Amino acid sequence: MTAYLVTILILVCIAIILGLALNLQWGLCGMVNFGMAGFFALGAYAAALVALSGAGTLAGIVVAALICAATCGATALVSLRLSDEYLAILTLGFGEVIRLVTLSESWLTGGSLGLPGIPRPLWGWVSEQNYELLFLALLVVVVLALFLVLEVLIRSPFGRAVRAVREDDTVASTLGKNVTMLRVKAFAVGGAIIGIAGAFHAYYLTYVDPSQFSAIITAYTFMAVIAGGRGSNKGLLFGAATIMCLIEGSRFLKDIVQVLDATQLASIRLILIGLGLILFLIYRPQGFLLEYRLRSSSLLARSSLNGATRMHDFKQEAS
Amino acid sequence: MLHIENVGKSFGALTVLRGINLEAAAGRITGIIGPNGAGKSTLLNVVGGLFPNDTGRILLDGTDVTPLPMHERARCGLVRTFQISRELGELTVLENLMLARQAQTGEAVLGALLRPGSVAREERAAVLEAKGLLDNVGLWRLADQSARALSGGQKKLLELSRALMLKPKIILLDEPAAGVSPPMRLEISKVIRGLCQDGMTFVIVEHDMDMIASLCDQVYVMAEGKNLTSGTFGEVVADDRVVRAYLGGVA
Ligand SMILES: Nc1ncnc2c1ncn2[C@@H]1O[C@H](COP(=O)(O)OP(=O)(O)OP(=O)(O)O)[C@@H](O)[C@H]1O
Ligand SMILES: [Mg+2]
Repeated sequence: MTAYLVTILILVCIAIILGLALNLQWGLCGMVNFGMAGFFALGAYAAALVALSGAGTLAGIVVAALICAATCGATALVSLRLSDEYLAILTLGFGEVIRLVTLSESWLTGGSLGLPGIPRPLWGWVSEQNYELLFLALLVVVVLALFLVLEVLIRSPFGRAVRAVREDDTVASTLGKNVTMLRVKAFAVGGAIIGIAGAFHAYYLTYVDPSQFSAIITAYTFMAVIAGGRGSNKGLLFGAATIMCLIEGSRFLKDIVQVLDATQLASIRLILIGLGLILFLIYRPQGFLLEYRLRSSSLLARSSLNGATRMHDFKQEAS
Repeated sequence: MLHIENVGKSFGALTVLRGINLEAAAGRITGIIGPNGAGKSTLLNVVGGLFPNDTGRILLDGTDVTPLPMHERARCGLVRTFQISRELGELTVLENLMLARQAQTGEAVLGALLRPGSVAREERAAVLEAKGLLDNVGLWRLADQSARALSGGQKKLLELSRALMLKPKIILLDEPAAGVSPPMRLEISKVIRGLCQDGMTFVIVEHDMDMIASLCDQVYVMAEGKNLTSGTFGEVVADDRVVRAYLGGVA
């Protein structure tokens, strides 16, 4: 049972990383990414190939992040002169291209058999039966680090500019913002995060094959972001956990409902998940939490507080 | 300050601007009037850089800004507002203003992540400046509201304050009084006049003749995409071509 729990938590963590990426790209910047699954696969294969070549798992993560950042950035750049809908089509097409490449370029990707025997990070640090726990701990650290980095970004002038681009790109440029660069940067940073998710996915399973990257991953990630509240990373933590628990938890339906067989339940499961999301959106359309907003008091209070401490120091020096 | 030379613009077969010339003097308020569809908003769009112009050029302080994209024109000190207010609704009033600060360390990804000290210092400076501007138009108490929640008149004031936050050389206002109650119009006029006395340059497109009469040193009249005439408000309203243009048909 603990093993199962650890597995679910690892899946939740990977879903959270994907969600964080989409929340930056789509939640904050308003750029849809229907190619999540494709970029995820790209990251996983890149990390797998690097790790298999013996360059190390850390190098795999870095390369996966860089490759995904570059392709996401390039995709955003190509679609910029076109309207928003084209980005949707472009990313969708890109996902499909990646899937086909992984299937057919067997010299590189192993085709439908995939790439087995991918090395794992920190392998050998603990006994084999405790390894998954260590992997989970590592993943939690990564999630926390990414979460903090993104929270800083969201609250920064960069985050503000990106939200402005989402609201009205014309206004953003009349205020001196380079909309093109902001879009490309937001999409590329999101891409790097997807790459990291892909790397951990590959390391966790120790093998990658095309069937792991079906388009449903894109759908689940959108669900997690929508349920969490578009733009809110804290909400996303709940959103991703809820969606993954629904998906994984509903596997137990077969133990409770005896009248239906496994295949029938498998289809009903998806219907139930969809139904759950629809009900959720009807009763809480804004998601769990709202996007960050600057409070004037936070900045003003801090500046007057600084004034007070400075005065305090000054008095101490004088006495 | 701003020279518009022979600017022309067509949308497909529809020619909207046919060689407009205009000069806005520094520290003055220049008015543009003309009947609906004369091309006034299109002129501001072209000057702001939203659409490229087909002919002519636009000079700001002697520099040709015609090849520059919108955001670079803004960085040169050319900023405009919109006929229908375009507040950034999901951002707060304060965030709308803070956004307009230029050259912020935290606007680059690495700057935001690696230089938190500079970012915090700049943010505090920005909030104090924004507070000054919002106090000036009585919107500070709404600083933490979504900009969407403002009234029509308040949105006009917000757009004006946001433009000022950019520290521009010249502000182009497209119908600052449209859809605004008479007392609020007086308020907006007062704010504009005050800013002009502090040395700001304005170009104002407006249908409210009282506002044009009270604010503008020089008034240009446009009709069917052409300059009809220009002069002081008194001079242009005395011109019967202007009256005829407003009643329909160009002289
Ligand atoms: N993007 C566009 N595409 C096609 N035609 C346009 C576009 N923008 C403006 N026009 C046309 O240009 C003409 C002038 O429009 P414009 O908005 O500049 O007029 P205006 O002088 O500002 O009028 P108003 O006083 O009603 O605001 C109109 O006939 C309009 O249909
Ligand atoms: Mg107009």
